[in-house]
Amino acid sequence: MNQPLIEVRELAKIYGEGDAAVYALASVDASIERGEFVAVMGPSGSGKSTLMNILGCLDRPTTGAYMLDGSDVSGMSKNELAAVRNRKIGFIFQSFNLLPRLSALANVSLPVMYNDDDVSEEEQRERAIAALNSVGLGDRLHHRPNQLSGGQQQRVAIARALINNPPLILADEPTGNLDSRSSEEIMGLLHELHAKGTTIVMVTHEPDIATHAGRIVCVRDGKVVSDGRDGHSPCLDRKVLDGGKQ
Amino acid sequence: MKFKKSFRTAWEGLMLNKARSFLTTLGVIIGVASVIVMLAVSAGTEASIAEQINALGANLVIVSPSRGVPGASRTLLIDDAYAIAEQVVGITGISAEQAPAPLNVRAGGTTLESIAIIGTTADFPEVRDYAVAEGRYFTVDEDEREAKVAVLGAGIAKDLFGEESAIGQTITVGSTKLTVIGVMEAKGIVSDVDYDGRVYLPINLVFQKFMTSTPMGADRVRTIYVKAESQDQIDSVIAQITFLLAERHDVDPAQPDFTVQTQQDIIATQEATTAAFRDLLAWVAGISLIVGGIGIMNIMLVSVTERTREIGLRQALGARPADVLMQFLLEAVILSLAGGLVGVLVGVGGSYLFGAWGTMRTEIVPLSIPLAFGAAAVVGIFFGYYPATRAAKLDPIEALRRE
Ligand SMILES: Nc1ncnc2c1ncn2[C@@H]1O[C@H](COP(=O)(O)OP(=O)(O)O)[C@@H](O)[C@H]1O
Ligand SMILES: [Mg+2]
Repeated sequence: MNQPLIEVRELAKIYGEGDAAVYALASVDASIERGEFVAVMGPSGSGKSTLMNILGCLDRPTTGAYMLDGSDVSGMSKNELAAVRNRKIGFIFQSFNLLPRLSALANVSLPVMYNDDDVSEEEQRERAIAALNSVGLGDRLHHRPNQLSGGQQQRVAIARALINNPPLILADEPTGNLDSRSSEEIMGLLHELHAKGTTIVMVTHEPDIATHAGRIVCVRDGKVVSDGRDGHSPCLDRKVLDGGKQ
Repeated sequence: MKFKKSFRTAWEGLMLNKARSFLTTLGVIIGVASVIVMLAVSAGTEASIAEQINALGANLVIVSPSRGVPGASRTLLIDDAYAIAEQVVGITGISAEQAPAPLNVRAGGTTLESIAIIGTTADFPEVRDYAVAEGRYFTVDEDEREAKVAVLGAGIAKDLFGEESAIGQTITVGSTKLTVIGVMEAKGIVSDVDYDGRVYLPINLVFQKFMTSTPMGADRVRTIYVKAESQDQIDSVIAQITFLLAERHDVDPAQPDFTVQTQQDIIATQEATTAAFRDLLAWVAGISLIVGGIGIMNIMLVSVTERTREIGLRQALGARPADVLMQFLLEAVILSLAGGLVGVLVGVGGSYLFGAWGTMRTEIVPLSIPLAFGAAAVVGIFFGYYPATRAAKLDPIEALRRE
């Protein structure tokens, strides 16, 4: 298969109407090949999260086309989108988004529960343990989120994102709430995933983090202003990043 | 998602806030329990009415004058009773009864005021299954010759003579002196009639001494009890009595000026009255069940709002609208079924305690248990559906963004 994993054409997302209309995304064209590690950068409010939400099939574009893994996502029903999110996409959020009353094990198991495959309880448990082992939390199975550090919580979230073996991981500022040591651990895990062939799209503010990626897409005012694999990007310049902030 | 997993998810959701879940079920508990208790109370009432009416005596046919029948010029007479006794086949006896206005009863220094006096024929104890405890009842002969004898209810005997034997004593009823020849067994109050607080006299003596001032004449009876030989004879006895009396009264048997009833007829009439009462109770109980359901809906709406972010996350992880719907619907159904289960226990226990310690007789209606439990399930589904659809319709992005 040599078609790209992600292909978007003239993607636009408009909030509001008339004079009050906000172009969160204005005609974005992009394609991401299988196995790529892409960093999306840009000033605050430039449309990064909007783009990630659309790529994650959580939101629909106002106009434009989105092909994910060879299928047209734009015309899918809610149920089909839910199945796509479950099988093809692993989410990592800035705020971890773990369910506070569930153990690490139960949190990691959630995507399996919504799987159509008839997974037995033992298998679900084994897969969750394996996922937690792979992020180095094999000894924290029954801890609740509030008994774990921020870095550990994000590792639980990564285990949850990879438990269904999705081809795509979407991470919106995964290190945004973490100290630099935990950030490095998280990046190490993402590198491991990438090395195994998973495609990763990651939003970040931090140039250090972005340099982990093989490709940096720079977004401003809802448009892609630069997209390069040479390790250079206008967004790596602090001034550009801060320029977007009021 | 598989049902078992959905169930576990819903259960975990409820355990998140145990106190609130319990309080939410209270409404359903009260509703279900009251359905069971109310039905038990009305079933108990009906049973005791039936028992009381059956206590009038077995295989009875009850003849009484119709009131307010147009053109009914004649009423039930003692001769009608004699005619029945002579001509109707398949009966073992009759008891004609008439009661004058209550009178004072005196013996020695004791006066009992306003005592019910009942004139009967000699077969009264046998027909009404009401035995004489001491002494004897009067005979047909004594009745016919208006002998001045009296048989006392157990309570009257005690009030007048205490531990002393009443037999052979003289009492004064109104201004008539009578000799006590018997005391009835204690029977208590049945269908509002205090059998022990009455004085039983020969009916012809009553006509002669206590009813002469009545304008309608001193040979009317208020009821004729006819005892059939067996249950099988009852229909035939009713038919015979109807034709006999219709002929004697010169009325159309289809529109008689008297009524011929069995105990079953009377029970049915009484049940019609209690049915209205029971329906009212059932409505009250049903409404409390609905109020319980509204409580569940209220809490589920709060829960959906509180857990919006969780719903968004589950959607991001692949939960379909149907999965979210199922999760919240199951929570509501679990709440109502748990409420239903506890309600059944409380209702059954409550009915039992009411019966054991209260003044009311209760009889648990077996059908009321699945009925109330099923109603609780329906309430859970009905009132859980709206909050669950609200949850299922949430937009994942907006839900995730909510704090
Ligand atoms: N739900 C919304 N309603 C209105 N405007 C929105 C909404 N979501 C995002 N926006 C606007 O879209 C633009 C892009 O937002 P976002 O994608 O969150 O930016 P980023 O993640 O790059 O900081 C911003 O101007 C933001 O105010
Ligand atoms: Mg953002």
